[in-house]
Amino acid sequence: MKRYIAIRLLQVVPTILFIIVFNFVLIRIAPGDPAQIMAGDFATQELVEQTRARYGLDQPIPIQLFAYLGSVLSGDLGYSYDYNRPVLDVILERLPATLILVLTAQILGILLGMALGVFAARRPGSVGDFALVTTTSVLYSVPVFWLGLVAILLFGVEWGLLPTSSMRSIMGPTEGWPLIADVLTHLILPAGTLMLAWILPIFFRITRSSVLEVMNADFVTTARAKGLNERLVFRRHALRNALLPSVTMIGLTLGTAVSGALLTETVFSWPGIGRLMLEGIDRRDYPMLMGIFIFTSVCVVIATLLTDLVYRWLDPRVELAKR
Amino acid sequence: MVGLVMLVFALAVAMAAPLITQYTPFELGGPPLRPPGPDHLLGTDHLGRDIFARIVYGTQVSIGFAFGAAAISFLVGTLLGALSGYFGGVVDHVLSRVFEFFLMIPMLFLVILMSALLGANIYVAAFVVGITIWPSNARIVRAQVLSLKRRAFVRAARAGGAGHLRILFRHILPNGIQPVVVNSTLQVGAAILLEASLSFLGLGDPNFPSWGQMLREAQPYLSIAWTYAVFPGLAIGWLVVAVTLVGDGINTALNRTDP
Repeated sequence: MKRYIAIRLLQVVPTILFIIVFNFVLIRIAPGDPAQIMAGDFATQELVEQTRARYGLDQPIPIQLFAYLGSVLSGDLGYSYDYNRPVLDVILERLPATLILVLTAQILGILLGMALGVFAARRPGSVGDFALVTTTSVLYSVPVFWLGLVAILLFGVEWGLLPTSSMRSIMGPTEGWPLIADVLTHLILPAGTLMLAWILPIFFRITRSSVLEVMNADFVTTARAKGLNERLVFRRHALRNALLPSVTMIGLTLGTAVSGALLTETVFSWPGIGRLMLEGIDRRDYPMLMGIFIFTSVCVVIATLLTDLVYRWLDPRVELAKR
Repeated sequence: MVGLVMLVFALAVAMAAPLITQYTPFELGGPPLRPPGPDHLLGTDHLGRDIFARIVYGTQVSIGFAFGAAAISFLVGTLLGALSGYFGGVVDHVLSRVFEFFLMIPMLFLVILMSALLGANIYVAAFVVGITIWPSNARIVRAQVLSLKRRAFVRAARAGGAGHLRILFRHILPNGIQPVVVNSTLQVGAAILLEASLSFLGLGDPNFPSWGQMLREAQPYLSIAWTYAVFPGLAIGWLVVAVTLVGDGINTALNRTDP
């Protein structure tokens, strides 16, 4: 087990390095002068030259690469000219908002998705099953931001029930329980949309198919033959095994959940990292975009690693030799 | 099967676009933001363009884009996956890392970053999307190649003096292609959503009517022109569901012929 952890950790390193190098290459491929790109669209010639010197862009490429690697690894993700602050600072500032959104949607989506998946698998082919499968498929096929717009239409415009933008009300409470309550009401629509469009369908489908698979497995038949109570059969034998694929998916879906969060944040003006990226695009703040990319990628890599380890711990049958 | 019908319908709409609409998607001149009426089936957008026409023409764009991106993904993914699985060793190791990398990072972020840096052009977008989704194909192909290359018919071919490339393309790939085809149909769906997302965020090609773009433009007018926001999204959903169903259908059909 320890050996497995060590190996996995080692595997992470080249991946992270690759991400950084990839970023570096990307900005070099982009048409145009990198210094110009980084200094921004409105930079004076002087600023461009300053940027060039500051980032050592007048040096040969291999040196630049090493310099970039060095600066990123030491925590310097670049400097945003629009915010006039280091990129990392701005990212960290916006991080909690996105975390609240993504984690809420994830947890709710996983729990509901799994519960519904189990429900559907217990009665395959029934009306309920069919209805659930169809609904979740449609929910997944529809773009998440459209769902958000519809939600705004219904809950905001037509029925005026829930707030539809940003995390807090203007001139709202600023501390204590009223603040938490305020944030929570603002959270309902975005998290709900994200959950319905992305997370719930995925976990529903996986849980349902793995439960179905397990229910037909030999050891379940054995248990039934032994005369065990059906519910006991289910709970003790089938469920545990069926849940395993979902655990892996948690890690894998984190990446997509973040993408979904980006779109959701846009629709609901939620002040998170996704929105930050969008602003970066609008303002052509390339250091910001690159910084966000590295940051999120690294986070997802780490999260995947953790999920992997948890999965290994839960199911010792998993072998390292997947190659 | 239902999917096939839906898809064919969408295709028909795309092809017959000029016949069923009376306006072109770029025609400015209508009164802006009208609700659905006899003149404009689904109303007009903020610039006075007919929404229905834009949705119809948007079908062409979406289908073309999605199939293009999926095709890129198919070609690149199959090639690299095959190479990785067949040659093994260092090549495999390195390529597998690359696959993993692309699979792990949030797709949208990559697409956005690349689009922002490379320009808001529909061909660039298709390329970028293709680049982002190919690894799932590659993974599948690699697994197929790995399992197939030990089979007897491959050894027979090699005994017959066939070179590596020939074995790969003539023998292994045709047998292993099936899961990739299924995956590709799913990728078409994913490509549609990615393109819509890109356009929604403003990185799409402004010269082509895109559903995502329409949704973006609809945002400020949500309270007064709801058709603007609702219908393009439905169109997207329709197309994606159609493609997914077709993929499922292909999957079932192909599996039925397996021993």
